[in-house]
Amino acid sequence: MNASLSPQSPPRVRPGKADYFWTLLKIGLSGFGGVLPFARRALVEKKRWLTEAEFAELLSLGQSLPGPNIVNVVVMLGYRDHGIAGALLCVFAILFAPMVIVLLLVNVYAEYSAVPWVRSMMAGIAAAAAGLILTMGVRMLRAQPQRAAVYLLAGGTIAAKLAGAPLLLVLFVFAGIGMFLGARGGL
Amino acid sequence: MASIDTDNVYVALLLNFMLLSLMAVGGANVLLPEMHQFAVESRGWITAKEFPELFALAQAAPGPNVLFVSVIGWKAAGVLGAGVAMLGICGPSTVLTLFVAHYLERFRAAPWRIALQKALAPVAAGLITTSGILLVRGAGQSTFALVVSAGVVLISMRYNPNPLWFIAGGAVLGLLFF
Repeated sequence: MNASLSPQSPPRVRPGKADYFWTLLKIGLSGFGGVLPFARRALVEKKRWLTEAEFAELLSLGQSLPGPNIVNVVVMLGYRDHGIAGALLCVFAILFAPMVIVLLLVNVYAEYSAVPWVRSMMAGIAAAAAGLILTMGVRMLRAQPQRAAVYLLAGGTIAAKLAGAPLLLVLFVFAGIGMFLGARGGL
Repeated sequence: MASIDTDNVYVALLLNFMLLSLMAVGGANVLLPEMHQFAVESRGWITAKEFPELFALAQAAPGPNVLFVSVIGWKAAGVLGAGVAMLGICGPSTVLTLFVAHYLERFRAAPWRIALQKALAPVAAGLITTSGILLVRGAGQSTFALVVSAGVVLISMRYNPNPLWFIAGGAVLGLLFF
């Protein structure tokens, strides 16, 4: 469905490049543990550059394409109004400032990583961060339709990766099986 | 992963992350086993113990998850390495996404795209779960670390608070008990 043609949608604004730059810079800096929820709030609720349906569509496309999800979303967003230059500008805007911060943090950590209490603290943070990623995976698993074909694909992927199978092989094999099962109504 | 062999660190970063870019179905976090293989086992830029810690630092900082890639680049070859690694991880997927954005009308309702998306969703969920399992294993140098990870999973599944609380909680527990 083309969401932008739906009768309820407000008149379409076409933000300038500077608007995109500053807005995405702020989104990039505000997100902890992933920026997508912050992007939705800023783009849909505050700025109203996208309707809820448009954001959902960009997100679903961005997640089904390979690559960092948020980068894919802002590429499509920037391209819509300002072509390739707009897309690249948006990618730069969302990544640059937090990249500087992360690298500064890593530099500081490198200075103090031998200090015993810093090591203890980082071990605790690492254990928590690992738990958060595992939670993200379990959430995604639970959001899938609970069907035999889904268990087979997800379980097979986990088993193959834990056994050390290369990612490319896993992707081809299980996407292939998934397309086959999907065509037979299994998904 | 068959990592690309080259003596030039920038070329190695660029080409390997370009390859990974097109395999990152479900986002950058699915690549953690591959990045571990590349940066720790194959190149030795990061130790096995540092890997989960640096990942945690990247998580604790604001910004997209993909920025962990810039940390690997930085450990390999400083600021320029960080930029090159980010260019690699974002480049190919961005070109593909631009193509899709340009032909959006054609992709939007294409039956094969919807079928592929449905097939890939459980695979991506499995890949993220595996990344989580491997990270927990890497960070779990002590029983207590495993307890912290398990506690985070149980609490966040049930209550879903802001992730920052867990990072802060992990820091406090680490200071007190490790």
